[in-house]
Order: sequence, then C-alpha cells, then structure tokens
Amino acid sequence: MPNEMIYTRFERIWHWVLAILILPLLLTGFEIHGDYTMLGFEQAVDTHIIFAWALMGLLVFVIFWHMTTGEWKQYIPSSKNNLMAMLRYYAVDIFLGGGHPFHMTRKSKLNPLQRLAYLSLHVVITPVTWASGLLYLFYTSWGDWGLEGLSLTVVAMVHMAAAFAMLAFLIVHLYLAITTSEKPFGYVKAMISGYEKKE
Amino acid sequence: MFRSAHKLRSRHSLVFILFIWLFMNVVGAYGAIAPAAKKTSTSTADHTKFEVLQQEFATAPDVTKACLTCHTEASKQIHKTTHWNWKITHPETGQVLGKKRVVNSFCGSITTNYARCTSCHIGYGWKDDSFDFSSEENVDCLVCHDTTDTYKKFPTAAGHPTYVDKPFPKKSKKIWKAPDLTKVAQAVGKPRRENCGVCHFYGGGGDGVKHGDLDSSMTNPPRTLDVHMGVDGLNFVCTECHSTDGHDIKGSHYTSVGKDTHGIDIPGRDDHNRASCESCHGDKPHEETVNNKINDHTNKVACQTCHIPTYAKGGVPSKTWWDWSTAGRMDGDGKHLKMKDENGYVTYVTKKGTFEWGENLVPEYAWLSGEIRYQELEDRFDPNSVVPINTFKGGYDDPGARIWPFKIMRGKQPYDKGNNTLVISHLFGKDSEAYWKSFNWNRAIKAAMDAAGADYSGEYGFIETTMHWPLSHMVAPKEEALGCDECHSRNGRLAELTGFYMPGRDKSDLLDIIGWLAVLGTLGGVSLHGFVRVFFSRKRRNG
Repeated sequence: MPNEMIYTRFERIWHWVLAILILPLLLTGFEIHGDYTMLGFEQAVDTHIIFAWALMGLLVFVIFWHMTTGEWKQYIPSSKNNLMAMLRYYAVDIFLGGGHPFHMTRKSKLNPLQRLAYLSLHVVITPVTWASGLLYLFYTSWGDWGLEGLSLTVVAMVHMAAAFAMLAFLIVHLYLAITTSEKPFGYVKAMISGYEKKE
Repeated sequence: MFRSAHKLRSRHSLVFILFIWLFMNVVGAYGAIAPAAKKTSTSTADHTKFEVLQQEFATAPDVTKACLTCHTEASKQIHKTTHWNWKITHPETGQVLGKKRVVNSFCGSITTNYARCTSCHIGYGWKDDSFDFSSEENVDCLVCHDTTDTYKKFPTAAGHPTYVDKPFPKKSKKIWKAPDLTKVAQAVGKPRRENCGVCHFYGGGGDGVKHGDLDSSMTNPPRTLDVHMGVDGLNFVCTECHSTDGHDIKGSHYTSVGKDTHGIDIPGRDDHNRASCESCHGDKPHEETVNNKINDHTNKVACQTCHIPTYAKGGVPSKTWWDWSTAGRMDGDGKHLKMKDENGYVTYVTKKGTFEWGENLVPEYAWLSGEIRYQELEDRFDPNSVVPINTFKGGYDDPGARIWPFKIMRGKQPYDKGNNTLVISHLFGKDSEAYWKSFNWNRAIKAAMDAAGADYSGEYGFIETTMHWPLSHMVAPKEEALGCDECHSRNGRLAELTGFYMPGRDKSDLLDIIGWLAVLGTLGGVSLHGFVRVFFSRKRRNG
C-alpha cells in the first residue's frame, strides 16, 4: 500500500512556522511577566511584539487556507461514542497494547479527541490570546476606542491565563505527537515529510 | 592614455575624499569635547557708554534708580512676580503659597527671620514685615544681571550687598568684599547660570542643601552632569527653559505642571512656558519602532523619571535628613559644637541640629499633578504620624498626573504639642527671643507664632516630616536613561507605587498558582502516562 499524503505542503509550513513563533512568545511572555530574566525586559518586549505580529500575519493566511479549502471541517466534533472510544484508548488500551481506534486519512486527520482539543485551541485559546494581547499592546488607545472602563489588570490576567493554557496544550501536544505513533517521532516525521508511513 | 589619466584622477580624488573625511572626524571629535565658546553679547546697548552709569554709587538702590531712567517699567514688572512677592496664590487650590507663607522643613519660615532669609530676595531692605513692596528703587536688578561675579548680597543685610569690606561670619577671617557698583552696573547683561545659582544652588542654608538637582556643580556642569546645561554640550543657561515674559519667570514648583499637553512650543501654539521637557521634545519624543512602548509611557510617566536616574551627582552632596530636636548642644565650655563625618560633610551644628547627606542619590517616585498643597500653620495632624509638609494631588486615574522623581527631604522639626500643628520659630536676630541667641525653643516659637498671628499652646515637641522636591535638573545623557527593568521588575524603583498593574512587577498570585499547577499537573500527567505505557510494554514483551 503506497504511503498517503496526510499533510499538504502549506499545512506543514504553517505548522512549523507556528512552532517557531509560539516557543519564543511563551519564553519572552513569561520573562515579561517577571518570572525569570534572560533577554532583559526591553528586549523581551521587543521580541514578543515582533513575534506576535508575525504570528498574527501567519494566522491570517492559515484562517484563509482553512476557509477556502474546507479544512475547517476537520475540527467538527465527532459523535460522543467515538470520543468515548478515544478516551478509552488513551486511558486503557494504550497500556495494554491495543490498536488505535481511528486511522488517519487525508480526509480525516484528527481523531475525536484531537478535534475537540484543536477546536478549543482555535476558538478559545487563540482568539482570547489575540484579543487580550492586542488590547494590552494598545492600552494607550483605549480611550479613543471607547474602552476607558477596561482594566489593565483584567486584560493582563486574561492574557496570562491564555498563556498558561497554551503551555499546557503544548505539553500534551508534544507528548502525544512524539510518543504515540507506532514508532517514536512517527508523527513528527509525518509532519515533516507529509506522508504517514503505512505498515 | 585617457583611461589611465582618468584612473589617476579618480585615485587622487579618492585620497582627497579620505583626507577630508579624516579631517572632519578630527575636527568633529575636537568639537565634541571642546567647551562651547562663551556666548558673546548680542545686545544693542553697551552699558559702559551710558552717562547715568558713569558715577559713584553709594548704595545698590542708587544703581536701580539709574537703571529705571531707561528701563522705566522694569520694577513694575518685577512687582508682579513671585520672585518679588514670595507669595503666589495657587490657581487651583486657592492656597496662598510662596516663601512668605509656607512652613518648610529646613529653616522653617521667614517670619521674624527676614534679614537673614531675604539675602536671597531680589530686593533691598526686607528686614521686617513693614517692607514696602511697591518700592521701585528697592528692586535688585544686579543680582540677576551682574556679569562680573563680584556682586554678592551680604548674608545678613536684608538683600543689600556690603558697602564696606567686612568679615562673615562675624569674627571670622573670611572677608566679604564690597562690590564696585559702578563697574558692576556698567557690565550688566542677561542672567547666566551663576546669577540664578547664587540663590537657587544654596537654598536651605548652603550648597546643595535643598534641591538635590541644583547646586554649585551646575554653574559649569559637564554634559554628563546635565545634558542641557553642559558646557561641553548645549551650554544652556537657566532662562533657556525658564523662559520669561516681562520678568516673570516660568517653571515655579508652586505651579508645577504634571503633564504639558501643549506639545512643542512654536508660535501660534506656544503657552509661553518652555519650562517643560515637552516644550522642546514634544509628547512623543522617542523614535517610533515596532515597539512604541517608550512613547506610550509619556501619558503616565514624566520624562524626568527615566532621564534623571540619580541626583546630587556633581560632587556636591544634598541634605537628606535634618533633625532640629538635637539642636542646642554645647561642649563643656559652653561653646558651639560642629561635627563632620568621614566625607567631611557637617553632621551636627549647635544652631541647627543633626544632618545627613547623600551623593548620587536615587530619586523616590510619586504621582504629581498640577495641584500642590502645603501643610499650613492652622492645619492639624496626627502627632503619631509622619507629617507631609507638601503633597501633590494625583494618581493613576488622574489624566493630568504622571509619575515624577522626587528628592524627599526628611527630618524632625518643632510642632505645637497642644494643638497638633506645625510651628515656626524665631531663629535669627540679636534679641534674646531668637533661638540662635538663647537656644530656648519655647520663646523662639512663641515669638514667631505671635508675629504670624498664629495660635500656640505653649507646649512644643518634635515631629517627623517629609517634604517633596520634584526633580527636573541633572538630566543625564540619553545613554544613561533608565532601562525598562529598573521599574519593570519585582522589586524595582516603582515597587511602592501601587494601585495599578505594571508588567514585570505585578502578578496575581492566585492566577499564577492555578496556572503553574495546571502546567505542572499536565506535565506530571503525561509523564505518568508515559511511564505506565513503558511499564506495560515491558511487561508484555517479557511475557
């Protein structure tokens, strides 16, 4: 059986560019938050802003791509039964050596848990990060935008909460992406080559 | 042939350009370190040629009379100024301020101490409260317009210079020379740093005592001490920023402007007041980059806050603590004491009490709007607290307020224990009521309070006070401006200024705990999941 192209070229590119942007954003973000010192506050803010704009630029293309190709449908949640099967797999079968209940195809790349996870990333974590981050960046313009009542404390807290959520998401993502393929790094290789190795 | 000649020519011109470039660099470098040439007068009048000035002057007011023969309106202009009246009604609070009214934490008040204090008044003869403020001839033109540096007001002569050579302090060997008034009068010019400095550098009774950002090191400061006034830089005189309009000088701290929203002062939108950074630099002074946060700061942070990283940095210390409660101690023979620390700074004198000094001081920070209030004689306070002599309205939510750097003068001064109010004291004088004669606080306080018409219970104590002095001078070159981390860090310079969220300093402990628990919990969860998988897969493999 020939290898199947799972991830198109654009998909792979945006995935890795996103990875390159997210990591420094998390690092500089926590530095700006005062948790540690590496670049110094000014450099950290410079970097955070530059990477944030780059990320937003990328995401504009990504959203366009999802909309025009219909790829957004990949995130539509699947049935409850499928979700339970997936949960059962991660909670029980994976330890016992049972097979994965779903097979990745070009049309359906995401298992039911992934669908839910990425959907929450795309409709909750990312928009909240954007909105709070842009408000944070332009806080001197709140008056002009009719947002005098807004509190910087609240905006900063929301942005921080989104950052924690993103970091937790990243940890689970890395764990599953690196270790749960048939051979370690199988999914990572697929995200590089585009093809998933078939037995 | 043509080609090689052309080549030769271009090589020559290359050498020539290189030479010019080198030359310009050398000249440029020299220009950068060479002190700017003394500003030559561009006045259209040569005062040596005026007949009215070619006479022997018996007294300084006689010089003023001569000045007024041409400058007919000068004294009338002066009469309207705070420099003359030492009194100013604050436009917003209605409080009557100025040296004539306020109680400070240095020598207290001018009441009953006139002849000593008014050696810094731009007039002659204010020796008691009968001084005639409408007198034109008693305006001192020379203290501001002398260019010879020989004209000095005698310390105890109510604003007059001495007319015969005499020692000061009395019985000392330091002789104050009587100025040659004719020479001084013929050499008048625009005020230089020296003219303003004779009073403003020595406020509070000595060099650098009061302000901290103004002392004798600012007479000829290097650029590194003050980027505007540096003699090897812009070489500004005081009036470059403290612009004048009919002898009225702008930039009094009694009417300080927390935020100048006029922008760069150009004709048409000029507020006739150049005594703010924004007057020349505008309110978006920094180069715009992708990170425009520094310009964003101008709404809440005064320029001075970042650009005056330290003060009292020209080699002259500033007084930071003055404790009057220890004054009056004598040695066994009844002689006055004077003590110095290892730096040679005076730490005790019998007349004034205990002092502390500092150099290269880090400012303290507070909100400042235009509204300043002073603790007046009749205002009561809690005697168990530290009493602020002056306060500035302002806070994060006040759009007119910004964070400013201050020298905060601290010390202990006498107060009325019965009324819980500040008091003033009669320090200077030949009479036995004067503290510096009899060292009796009760009598000195009563004499001054009676003279001021203020109520005194007859019982005094000492209270700790603070006095805020906003800093605007000793602006450092831009390379030395504060970096972001100075404030945007957990225990930075603004650690005590609470009530608003500042990145890098503030956090919600609750959110951080929940956030890190979630992150670490996730990490722990996937690790555990991974270990269990490895465990089971080994078990499977081993049968």
